[in-house]
Amino acid sequence: MDNQQGPTNEVLLELYKKCALAKINDENARRVIMNGTLPMIYYSPRGQEVIPAAMSVNLRDDDTICTIYRGMHDMVCKGVPVDALWAEYAGKATGTCKGKGGPMHITHPESGCMLTTGIVGSSLPIANGLALSYQLRNLDNVSVAYFGDAASNIGAFHEALNMASIWKLPVVFVCQNNRYGEHTTFAKATSVNKVSDRAASYGMPGIHVDGNDAIAMYNAAKEAIDHARSGKGPVLIEAMTFRFYGHVFGDQDGYMDQAEKKRAMENDPVPKLRDLVISRGIASDAELTEMEAAIDSEIKQAIEAALSAPWPDVDELGKDVVASAV
Amino acid sequence: MVNTEEQTTVIQALNAAMADAMEQDDSIFLLGEDIADPEEGGVAGVTAGLSTRFGDSRVRSTPISEQAIVGAGIGAALNGMRPVLEIMMMNFATVAMDMIVNHAAKLRFMSGGQTQVPLTIRMATGAGLSTAGQHADYLEAWFAHTAGLKVVTYSNPADAYGLLQSCIFDNDPCIFIENFLSYSVKGGAPEKGSRVPLGKAKVVREGSDLTIVCYGAQVSIALSVAEKFAAEGVSVEVVDLRTISPWDQETVFTSVAKTGRLVVSHEALKAFGVGAEIAAVVQQELWSSLKAPVRRAGAPTCPVPYSRPLELAFMTSVEDLETEARLLLK
Repeated sequence: MDNQQGPTNEVLLELYKKCALAKINDENARRVIMNGTLPMIYYSPRGQEVIPAAMSVNLRDDDTICTIYRGMHDMVCKGVPVDALWAEYAGKATGTCKGKGGPMHITHPESGCMLTTGIVGSSLPIANGLALSYQLRNLDNVSVAYFGDAASNIGAFHEALNMASIWKLPVVFVCQNNRYGEHTTFAKATSVNKVSDRAASYGMPGIHVDGNDAIAMYNAAKEAIDHARSGKGPVLIEAMTFRFYGHVFGDQDGYMDQAEKKRAMENDPVPKLRDLVISRGIASDAELTEMEAAIDSEIKQAIEAALSAPWPDVDELGKDVVASAV
Repeated sequence: MVNTEEQTTVIQALNAAMADAMEQDDSIFLLGEDIADPEEGGVAGVTAGLSTRFGDSRVRSTPISEQAIVGAGIGAALNGMRPVLEIMMMNFATVAMDMIVNHAAKLRFMSGGQTQVPLTIRMATGAGLSTAGQHADYLEAWFAHTAGLKVVTYSNPADAYGLLQSCIFDNDPCIFIENFLSYSVKGGAPEKGSRVPLGKAKVVREGSDLTIVCYGAQVSIALSVAEKFAAEGVSVEVVDLRTISPWDQETVFTSVAKTGRLVVSHEALKAFGVGAEIAAVVQQELWSSLKAPVRRAGAPTCPVPYSRPLELAFMTSVEDLETEARLLLK
């Protein structure tokens, strides 16, 4: 890695703000599920926030991402607005997708969130296509595919990385290794110790990084994005992390090593980054507390608005199926 | 729109449809296994010459990676391109069904209309070449059963050209089905840039006693059957659907209302096929006009076999269709 400079103070604060947004949004999601206000199927990304925050501060607004069902953090870090997000969670007409997609399928092209897939591995081939469109049009945009460690065992991963490499597509593959695929451990399901080792099979750089370390993750993200943007081809990042709240929120996580989980939660990356921001004198505790309160307030307003928003009309069933009636 | 003086083949028409579209619109590009000229322009040569003319960036031979091919097409289409993909054999689409069914077909709806996938996926198939059970299936009913896809096929060069042009410029994912045996079929040449509207069937032979609704290679079989019946004084109308989904109910209803008898004929398995859907709808909507229950001709419920006599017995023949038609006239 040539670039070990780390983020400027301004960027580090922005990175923290994105983490705080994702964390507070997740806390609100779990709250409204648990108290019965808004039951929904929800895959908590709590614990993985630093990864998309570090990616997003290195991406341009007109770069694009494809993410997965456990992708709320990826979305909000890229700029998906929380009001439209929450309205979609509630299945309302004012949602990003008019209530037709739901939590697992958020799309918001304005902020570059082109796809959220519920199918493991399917973000990768489609991110290739976004990158291919940039290459064909001689644009210097970059696309990002977010996925979990288990997706590195599905065929789409292999096909997508091979194709991206032979065509030198401007795409960054970001594996968020949270140690579990559904209920099965990474070690039990995967033939290698590191997903990043697989990059060598495709002739592309593979970066193994602590995805919970904001500085290291920032450097990895910057290096990979610069590489892809400069026409040198794709990069595979394996960002090590941990998911705090199981596969689907509400599962009993009896399959998880409870000691490992406890350690991971004690090393929560977001408060660690918060401490770093304070210790570097970038912002005071009081300033961050105020910022977090403002985020929480915005989210709570978004939830209230979502709950009182209108349902989609039933005639929406016949709309957006095809472009127009033939 | 069709120059009946100048003859062309289906393969020439398909090639010209893509070439003319690419000439007109920079957002159109082609992906597929072996489709560029160094790899001989596709397994059947449908794209021959196009990479030489438009460059190997816009006409790209791909790895044997159907998921990645369709995924690349979807992603590029989300960003406003109009990719045309060649899946070498229809059966190979089965390994890309996640991309086609879960993604291409549904992203418009699931995004609430924010994104669209203007993608054309060409795929060829057809029994009759002794390629057996994994290279000759007719899977149109699978695709027709998926909301968001348009399913299209042709019976002659001018329609092949005009339908492919319409698919390429359509804003939805289109499954464009080709038949290997059809590539050498000759017919009138299409006018450059002409498009055959999607969702519009064509009455290819008018008649008053019985309607045959069919598509693809079955059209020539239906015309042969019509000729046989004409010699006996029975007047058969043949409707070429051209777009399998959404099918042109208006044209079919008008024909059946006139004749009172319908056979739906296809090369695909009869069971759970396109014919079942058409038969059900026609019987529901035109019950009082029908002189007999709707009948279907199609393949038996077994994989496409290898051995020549088995394959011939599997294929929906003139005799099979004639048998069904005669049952209607009893």
